[in-house]
Amino acid sequence: MLKPGEFYQRDREWHPPALTRDYKTSVSRSPQYSLISLQNSVSEITGPVFGHNDIDPLDNDLIHNYAKSGESAIGERIIVHGRVLDENGRPVPNTLVEAWQANAGGRYRHWKDTYLAPIDPNFGGCGRTLTDENGYYYFRTVKPGAYPWRNWVNNWRPSHVHLSIFGSGFAQRLITQCYFEGDPLIAKCPIVNTIPDKAAQGQLIAALDMNATIPLDTIAYKFDIVLRGRRSTLFENRLEGN
Amino acid sequence: MTAGQTPSQTVGPFFALGLTAEQYGYPFTSIAGPDLTGPETVGDRIQVFGQVLDGAGTPVSDALIEIWQADATGNFAGKGANAGFSGFGRAGTGVHDDNCFVFQTVKPGIIAEGHAPHINVIVFMRGTLNHLFTRIYFPEDAAAHAADPVLTAVPRDRRATLIATADSDRAYRFDIHMQGAHETVFFDL
Repeated sequence: MLKPGEFYQRDREWHPPALTRDYKTSVSRSPQYSLISLQNSVSEITGPVFGHNDIDPLDNDLIHNYAKSGESAIGERIIVHGRVLDENGRPVPNTLVEAWQANAGGRYRHWKDTYLAPIDPNFGGCGRTLTDENGYYYFRTVKPGAYPWRNWVNNWRPSHVHLSIFGSGFAQRLITQCYFEGDPLIAKCPIVNTIPDKAAQGQLIAALDMNATIPLDTIAYKFDIVLRGRRSTLFENRLEGN
Repeated sequence: MTAGQTPSQTVGPFFALGLTAEQYGYPFTSIAGPDLTGPETVGDRIQVFGQVLDGAGTPVSDALIEIWQADATGNFAGKGANAGFSGFGRAGTGVHDDNCFVFQTVKPGIIAEGHAPHINVIVFMRGTLNHLFTRIYFPEDAAAHAADPVLTAVPRDRRATLIATADSDRAYRFDIHMQGAHETVFFDL
């Protein structure tokens, strides 16, 4: 019988550590004991499965999914697209990708966000999609604005879209943020800088993708997402999962 | 081909728009919520609730809790679970006055010989850069706990942090302590 294999371990030198003093909120919200390492069991190599019944046709179009009929969100029109892959370069098909973000002025439609920038009546700021059989996904949205936040006296978040990805097992779960090539605030951001390796930070910066732009309409950025790989299940009839 | 894992970043303070809209009353749909049960769900219905407490002991008002569990017969959705049960739930801690998360679910069955019933938990919050995995076990299963391969991997004096307390009839309390003497056990898995 074939069974899904365990996941490669989470790369704890590549991901940010729990405690990073320059991101002050981490100080009281990071565990102080070491994590206890476990072999994956069926509890972690399985995970929720979503289907097209969970998705509405406009869910990946943030320009229109909250807009009044015939209107659209204000801002620089962008496509964020790419593939969800695992560490072996294999596509992760039919997996749920969720997105939420500030509007073009840097304001979230969230009751706790009191920044000066106005709410855009035609922009909700969230969406979802499923990857296709090749792991491909895309969203159409507006480029989110930068906004200030309370950490040091004068910190600004670079433009970013929050992304949540399920993968094929609970152990593969990932929530991250997508930044945009050329933004000078990226290098100054204490949250970006929780990631120790510059090359790892670079994986969170979507590249301008001229070939995917729609001329006279929408500019595009490419953002590939890499989830933990899966081990081969050896001594089975065939290798599976990598 | 190999590529590095896409690094994790914090869920931030505004996840409710995208991830728990219905629970928070935003005019968007949600793909999952705090109630895992439906009319067809088979099993012993329970409530699981608790607070997330930061290092100062203050309840966290912007944590996101996800749970993943087997159904009452010990099967996961897509692997033989009964059709009325997805096994996946989501709740933010910003809705109730006491910043509790509150799930309605069923008591999970035994996933395999030697494993005690448990619910898998992921904790996300502003200030947490990598989500944290933990597990909820149930106090009435003490005999099974002695053999459970995960609980027995945890130092004996910390195991109690993974066992919910029976609060009232069919309700269990499971507080998540980020730090301090009762710091919850978190897993690297």
